[in-house]
Amino acid sequence: MLLITCPICGPRPEIEFRNMGEAHIARPTPEGTSDDDMAAFLYLRSNPKGLIAERWRHVHGCARFFNAVRHTVTDKFVTVYEVGAPKPDLAALAADLAADLAAREAGR
Amino acid sequence: MSQTFRRPEGGRIKRNKPVAFRFDGRALTGYEGDTLASALLANGVHLVGRSFKYHRPRGILTAGAEEPNALVTVSRDAARSTPNLRATQVEIYEGMTAESQNRWPSLAFDASAVNDLLSPIFVSGFYYKTFMWPAKFWTSVYEPRIRAAAGLGKAPELPDPDRYQSRFAHCDVLVIGAGPAGLAAALAAMESGARVILCDEQAEMGGSLLSDPDVTIEGQSGRQWSTDVIMALALSDRVTCLTRTTAFGYFADNFVALAERITDHMATPPASSPRERLWQVRAKQVVIATGALERPLVFPENDRPGILFADAARTYLNRYGVMAGRKTVVATACDSAYLAALDLHRAGVEVPAILDIRREGGALTAAARAAGIRVETGATVTGTRGRLRVASVEFGHVQADGSVRHDAVLPCDSLLMSGGWTPTLHMFSQSRGKLRYEEVTGRYLPGRSAEHERSAGACNGTMALGAVLDEGYAAGENAARAAGLATRGTKTFAVAGATTPDGQVLGALPHDRNPGRVKAFVDFQHDVTAKDIKLAVREGFRSIEHVKRYTTTGMATDQGKTSNMNALAIAAGALDKPIPAVGLTTFRMPYTPTTFGIFANTSRGDLFDPVRRTSTHDWAAAAGAEFENVGMWKRAWYFPRQGESMHAAVDRECRTVRAAVGIFDASTLGKIEVVGPDAAEFMHRIYVNPFLKLEVGRCRYGIMCRDDGFVYDDGVVGRIAADRFHVTTTTGGAPRVLSHMEDYLQTEWTDLKVWLTSTTEQWAVIAVQGPKAREAIAPLIEGIDLSKAAMPHMSVRMGTILGVPCRLFRMSFTGELGFEINVPAAYGKAIWEAVHARVVALGGCPYGTEAMHVLRAEKGYIIVGQDTDGTVTPDEAGVGWAVGKSKPDFVGKRGLARADLLKPGRTQLVGLATVDPKVVLEEGAQITPDADPAPRTHAIGHVTSAYHSAVLGRSIALAMVERGRSRLGETLHVPMPGGAIAVTVVDPVFYDKEGGRLDP
Amino acid sequence: MRFSFASLLRNAFSAHTGWPEQWRSPEPKAAYDVIIVGAGGHGLATAYYLAAEHGITNVAVVERGWLGGGNTGRNTTIIRSNYLWEESEALYDHALDLWQDLSQVLNYNVMYSPRGVMMLAHTVHDVQVSKRHVHANRLAGIQNEWLSPEEAKAFCPPLNISRDIRYPVMGAALQRKGGVARHDAVAWGYARAASALGVDIIQNCEVTAIRRGPDGAVTGIETTKGPIGAKKIGVVAAGHTSVVMGMAGLRMPLESYPLQALVSEPLKPVFPCVVMSNTIHAYISQSDKGDLVIGAGTDQYVSYSQTGGLHITTHTLDAICELFPMFRRVRMLRNWGGIVDVTPDRSPILAKTPVKGLFVNCGWGTGGFKATPGSGHVFAHTIARDEPHPKNAPFTLERFRDGRLIDEAAAAAVAH
Repeated sequence: MLLITCPICGPRPEIEFRNMGEAHIARPTPEGTSDDDMAAFLYLRSNPKGLIAERWRHVHGCARFFNAVRHTVTDKFVTVYEVGAPKPDLAALAADLAADLAAREAGR
Repeated sequence: MSQTFRRPEGGRIKRNKPVAFRFDGRALTGYEGDTLASALLANGVHLVGRSFKYHRPRGILTAGAEEPNALVTVSRDAARSTPNLRATQVEIYEGMTAESQNRWPSLAFDASAVNDLLSPIFVSGFYYKTFMWPAKFWTSVYEPRIRAAAGLGKAPELPDPDRYQSRFAHCDVLVIGAGPAGLAAALAAMESGARVILCDEQAEMGGSLLSDPDVTIEGQSGRQWSTDVIMALALSDRVTCLTRTTAFGYFADNFVALAERITDHMATPPASSPRERLWQVRAKQVVIATGALERPLVFPENDRPGILFADAARTYLNRYGVMAGRKTVVATACDSAYLAALDLHRAGVEVPAILDIRREGGALTAAARAAGIRVETGATVTGTRGRLRVASVEFGHVQADGSVRHDAVLPCDSLLMSGGWTPTLHMFSQSRGKLRYEEVTGRYLPGRSAEHERSAGACNGTMALGAVLDEGYAAGENAARAAGLATRGTKTFAVAGATTPDGQVLGALPHDRNPGRVKAFVDFQHDVTAKDIKLAVREGFRSIEHVKRYTTTGMATDQGKTSNMNALAIAAGALDKPIPAVGLTTFRMPYTPTTFGIFANTSRGDLFDPVRRTSTHDWAAAAGAEFENVGMWKRAWYFPRQGESMHAAVDRECRTVRAAVGIFDASTLGKIEVVGPDAAEFMHRIYVNPFLKLEVGRCRYGIMCRDDGFVYDDGVVGRIAADRFHVTTTTGGAPRVLSHMEDYLQTEWTDLKVWLTSTTEQWAVIAVQGPKAREAIAPLIEGIDLSKAAMPHMSVRMGTILGVPCRLFRMSFTGELGFEINVPAAYGKAIWEAVHARVVALGGCPYGTEAMHVLRAEKGYIIVGQDTDGTVTPDEAGVGWAVGKSKPDFVGKRGLARADLLKPGRTQLVGLATVDPKVVLEEGAQITPDADPAPRTHAIGHVTSAYHSAVLGRSIALAMVERGRSRLGETLHVPMPGGAIAVTVVDPVFYDKEGGRLDP
Repeated sequence: MRFSFASLLRNAFSAHTGWPEQWRSPEPKAAYDVIIVGAGGHGLATAYYLAAEHGITNVAVVERGWLGGGNTGRNTTIIRSNYLWEESEALYDHALDLWQDLSQVLNYNVMYSPRGVMMLAHTVHDVQVSKRHVHANRLAGIQNEWLSPEEAKAFCPPLNISRDIRYPVMGAALQRKGGVARHDAVAWGYARAASALGVDIIQNCEVTAIRRGPDGAVTGIETTKGPIGAKKIGVVAAGHTSVVMGMAGLRMPLESYPLQALVSEPLKPVFPCVVMSNTIHAYISQSDKGDLVIGAGTDQYVSYSQTGGLHITTHTLDAICELFPMFRRVRMLRNWGGIVDVTPDRSPILAKTPVKGLFVNCGWGTGGFKATPGSGHVFAHTIARDEPHPKNAPFTLERFRDGRLIDEAAAAAVAH
């Protein structure tokens, strides 16, 4: 059971939260949206092995939606941020993680 | 008297408390503090089990959780029977009954031992190569026999009457293992003021100190030191000490699961006590101090009863006062076995020889010789004899070329072995820490951490007691500091009399026998030999995971605790690769087998899932209602009168509603209060219907889609004020509808000022339906003009009922004149009783969900989830009229315009009238054009709802049928096992098509 | 060497030193006609049928880890074909047909055991949905029958059919031909048979890139063992499909979730069949070895960790102990996790892709094992002929654009 930091309530156990899928998938307006665009919105996901920007809802707490960056191999959270905030630079965060890991390897 | 192998003194058993128990029907005696294994050994019993495959006689191999052989079933009574327990962990109690397993007719004479003779055929993976002809024999002959021969103990046949509990806990420092390292760690953490949980799987804390008579710590005996530390820890109110508690799972974010065994060791457990307790601990920091496990030596016939681990024999002697035998040969690659030999020798046991595989011997070789024990270095066991117990050991010396020259036969009644020590890495590895391989010592050790933990002591590869204590203390101090506490720094312990268990060997030992014929066991329980592992490699299984799965090594109930490293070494040797290149199998939870009941704990019966009851539940129960589960709710299904069948009750309830009036509890419907200046705009976007122009005081039937265009939920919405809507949802849909609304509100339309509140449980909803509905409620209502003109169909008014504030909806799910009275739930029962009295006075009655289903189906009203299934658009469900086609956007608008959703030929909701009016179709039945469809005929639809309609005097049904609305009048068929049922496609509204009854 | 009792006996006299490798472990060649990415059951079956039925033997199966080490070796091996929609019925029943004599065809005992799969109904809604399946299946010629609670108990004596439990059993749908098989044997059997026909199985070889020509068509792959050329590539990478397809620039309608399972300690035979409850999330059978094999649900978040939360396991054992209260004293021996790739409609994708020469077989979610032979068979056809077999023709990527979903989950969704 993960420990998830709600930006409003603080760290809480995972069973208080619902994962709401990948973040930053913009909902198209009906006008001028092709079937392909619609499929991309409804169904296509990056499903990365690595950092994912995803949505969570603290459903059994403040009930707010928020976004988080989490590593899908370690399941470790890198950051949480508010809905509407820009998508973090996942490549830069990944590079930071790699550098941190290398430093720990070297330091051991 | 029995217990002839018990020493007259020594050990930590309570000699003043003898305990009588039975093993395979034989009455035996031990002492309080004994494990079943120590008590059996005290009575000279070594033969305790049979192996899984070859049914070879097996004895007690270890003194702990890693035991692969000595598995027993312990029964308190018929329902309290537990199979596959390790005798080395079972504590005896007065009257205990234990049985050996996997043997017939008896342990000493097991018919299946014939498998041992067939072992040249029954090699690894043999079953993949045969049992294929004739093909049908697999299910009829081979598999049943294999299944009957497999398995170990028997599952209990009766439901388990015992209780289990669960507890969540938080702490600064969790220390796993209370041996010297764990005790020192807990001490350091306690001294820093940390909240500490210390757990140990054994009945007594102290670990290896309990069986070591020689060491002194800080000038005290090791045992006294541990007693003092345990006392100090126990007295601290910030430390929780848990014995008989196994940390079995390490999950993400320092979430550790512990299993506490509370009553299994008691002769008469208190009725109030649970049998076991699950601790789910979220620890800021963890110290892993799980020690190390001794390894066997892999020599021919290393599996006979009477052959056991050297350190286990030392534990039996020093902790339980039990001698494993009277004439004990010791074979070793490690110094620790010398300690066992010396202790046994001192206790008067004859030790014919120590056979040390190491050419130069070890640190205690000289001491052993000085004590008068014959030590052969560079020597190894080449075979053993003895049917049900080892009777002699053959040994030889390893030559410079690696061959073995046979030397002599040593008669004996027991043989101790030690191949060295394997650090217990399970917790570290489960925490997803990375292991590293230490070439010099041939050990895997903890490497890079993934969680906030550190390992200390033998599990970290540190074997010298002084270093173990120092490392343990430092780990506890470090953990407390990392948890944010001020600490006093590290500490050094003065230790004397300790011997570091240096020396080890991995893999199969050389011998002078025919390699094709001998059995040198690697995995004892599963009868996997060195030969089997080599066979697997020969057959192309190169990954250690393949070797494991093909040979089943490491897959027994000990999960390879004693076998994995030897198997790995043998596989690496056969592949001519270094050990790390072959890989290591994954450590998975649980560390040791863990009772299902501890996971399920209190989740049984009514606590299995919360029960949601409406405020009239008790009233309905008293009125004799039958209930159905809908989601978590209990809903009154129907109200049978004395002797009335369900069918009769539902018919009566339906007729009564149509003829007079009925009362129905609709409280389970989801309710959401939508409030704010932009509430109307929000409703307009989230529903397919237009909402901007809905007048205050009016209601609208709303349909909600997902963005894919398929119907998601429905319900009546009332506009309470310009900025306030009262939304209802389906019973099961309430949480997801709220989540769906919140999702769009919080993440998509952040411009809207709207607040959503679930009010499902705040309102009790009493539906009053039928021609006399107005008459029924009128005398009770104040402040609302109920007249047709003042309160038309689909309107909502605020007023009071019997002085209680209410929202009164005029709406109908039956097709009759109807009202739904919303009152605060606390008043639900009182108002219900008052309205019920009126209803009854007018010739009415309560009705349940079944009648509600029939009544709405007579009117062709859909139930989302029954008549729709997540693949149906509003138009197909017959509610296309609700869609606000001129709206620029709503949830589902674009999805509805996708190619396949616009295709002709999709299914549409229709009514079906059976040609024979008495026949009620089965819900879910398929529909075809032909009466006698050929196999694999395409179904053009299916029946979604079907009932007997008492009012219409015939059956009715709703169905989704391809191009259904264009088929009105067509005859179709519903193929059933007994033949097809002819049906006519009709309009889905069966009753009062004009709708006059809605608004009389 | 052919496997038989005779060969086993013969080898017993030579201490089993004469057995050859079950499959070769060659180094990759520079190029193949077809590369299959992923040596799980589906990938190996695809390679086998390419060789056996389409004469395409110049095939490499490349595998990041060890063959059969993904979901093939981690699943609870339930085999059944009683799906709702005609498209699914046809595909899964094709697999069920192939299971019947798979041991003989492969000359490897895969221990297919039709012990019967019983799916429980606990609510009126469950009953409606189950019966819809039973009727649809009967029309499609697929065996599936409805049982009363008493009949369900007769078929599975440990089942608790008391009316007093929280969600009483109201009946069950039984497919007698459904059952289980030995998962490892399926992977090994296909590997051995494919290898014998010339297929190269290359383990410990991770794909790092998909190479494309100027026309956009695939030309091969880059791997940790160097580049390998091929004009056709079939990706059968289960939980890692999105990662591999991403190398060709394709975004997939997939999400990968942890799925947990567990076994008990071995017990003497006590559980005769397979029981599934989708409503309270319990999936259980007993293996030939005697373990109770129990499936749990997925975790809620995308993850490649192959581990999951304790609360998922706990939830499953709640249900097991409720339905089989005598198992409360039985003990869990081992729990593990796999990575399942889930599509929006819970049906697989077996199709060509917009990239010429690139084919994909994925999205089997929590239940792909049962389809192994059928999946491999039709996917091999799709690759060999450049067009789908009729049985996998509906399982396209385009269905997500057009909205022609094959929604097996929607039909079971609880609402009212």
